[in-house]
Amino acid sequence: MKLEREAVTHIARLARVHLTDDEIDTYAGQLGDIIGHFDVLDGVNTDGIEPTTQALMLRNVMADDVAGPSLPRDVVLDLAPTTEDGYLRVRAVLE
Amino acid sequence: MDLHWLSIDEASRRLDAREISSRELTKAVLDRIEAVDGRVGAYLSLAAESALESADAADKRRSDGERGSLLGIPVALKDVLSKRGLPTTCGSRMLESYVPPYDATVVELLDRAGAVVLGKTNMDEFAMGSSTENSAYHPTHNPWDLERVPGGSSGGSAAAVAAGEATFALGSDTGGSIRQPAALCGVVGMKPTYGRVSRFGLVAFASSLDQIGPFTRTVRDTATVLNAICGHDKRDSTSAPVDVPDFTVGLDRGVQGLRIGVPREYMPSSLDAGVRAKVEAALSAFESQGAIIERDVPLPSTEAALAVYYIIAPSEASANLARYDGVKYGFSYTQGKTMWENMEMTRGQGFGAEVKRRIMIGTYALSSGYYDAYYLKAQKVRTVIRNEFDAAFEKYDVLVSPVTPTPAFKIGEKANDPYAMYLNDVFTLPVNIAGLPGISVPAGLVDGLPVGLQVIGKPFDEEAVLRVASAFEAASGWQDQHPPL
Repeated sequence: MKLEREAVTHIARLARVHLTDDEIDTYAGQLGDIIGHFDVLDGVNTDGIEPTTQALMLRNVMADDVAGPSLPRDVVLDLAPTTEDGYLRVRAVLE
Repeated sequence: MDLHWLSIDEASRRLDAREISSRELTKAVLDRIEAVDGRVGAYLSLAAESALESADAADKRRSDGERGSLLGIPVALKDVLSKRGLPTTCGSRMLESYVPPYDATVVELLDRAGAVVLGKTNMDEFAMGSSTENSAYHPTHNPWDLERVPGGSSGGSAAAVAAGEATFALGSDTGGSIRQPAALCGVVGMKPTYGRVSRFGLVAFASSLDQIGPFTRTVRDTATVLNAICGHDKRDSTSAPVDVPDFTVGLDRGVQGLRIGVPREYMPSSLDAGVRAKVEAALSAFESQGAIIERDVPLPSTEAALAVYYIIAPSEASANLARYDGVKYGFSYTQGKTMWENMEMTRGQGFGAEVKRRIMIGTYALSSGYYDAYYLKAQKVRTVIRNEFDAAFEKYDVLVSPVTPTPAFKIGEKANDPYAMYLNDVFTLPVNIAGLPGISVPAGLVDGLPVGLQVIGKPFDEEAVLRVASAFEAASGWQDQHPPL
């Protein structure tokens, strides 16, 4: 199985990953091959079986509602590529 | 014996007896790194200066009367674990310049125990891979044969311990990333039960599968490290609120009367003959020590486990790795005209081929129209796989199997065939799917290359796993063998 180029570019757009033309060709073959192997799941009867999200099956772990120390603002902002007046700076979101 | 080959156990005995200092031990290991790491490539970054400072601090604590199994012992950290002030690249260009402003819980615990951090080890980018070839920086070479892979994704940690470049190391295991490289490098590597060790400060790959664990040269050392790093942590809501025993206590109890099962599906006809022979030899050793061996234990959904893993892990990864947007930290493309262009170019250029491949698989499996067929179905089959393990553990104390289908393969051999690479983890990833504890213990050499024996236990029964591994280690006498570097 090979994915269509359009399907690959659609997934890449959903994932917000830019792909080159060569990458689109490569992934069309490789993703199709990998996804083709997923058909083995059709052979497992899961009627009436609940999904497992994680093996411990812990649910709704609550923390005490107490404020604790967090990282200083300047330490966190120092990690960012562009900041302004104590905020993260990005290009316009809406055009 | 050269100081760089000492076990944790022996080193701490000599430290307590004042025969050596932590500075001498640390210096010896740093010298070993200097001598061999140009050929092995286990490390991505070294912290020699701070290591010697930590060693001096440990020596001071000891001379003040403090004692501790890890006090003054040199450790290597997989570069997916955050340590304040040290680069944490995850083997990715995306985090090339990232220095975390906080410590992972395991790093805090090691620091409290007085362990000496030597540096950060190489890995497949974001822990995605089975050969450490997916590192954005350089490959790591197997110390037993430099033309071969060390396994992955924690290949740097495994190779460091195998080559005497660390007394022990930490790694992370999502589908076999500790046990598989441990097997291929001839060291002990353990993935504890999901929830045993806090994942706070571990850069996330697949949150329902990831678990931190040790690489050591003996089973006793693994128990010692587990004693230091296990336990509930309120900063990781998936860490288990269960008591932690002293894992070293029951190591020498032997396997007399233990019921050991061998999963039928883990001994397929396609299994490498040399690997099969080593597993058979181990079974004979257990039998002669009084264990009850039952072959042909059915785990019929094993064949589906690979598909379950390669849906669930990439799905979780696609969500976890959404945080790398070029805005908050890490690599950032800034030449675009719009925010979206910058974000897509940041991710297109910052991630390597395998990471993009997995993000794409996960995004596909979670996308509208495919969610039920892939992601939900995989989660249901995950339940089936857990149920099959539960049924097996009603009859057996532990399960044993090979760790990998073959010994280490050549660097480059599987680089262009992702699915062939994925098959490396076919015996290890079901253990993550079910959240069980599993260990790889050296089982000997096949044509000069190490292979491992896997011991799998019930949830939170690391003690049985360690006890069986320890009995096998005592019978095999492997721990005194080192690669001819």
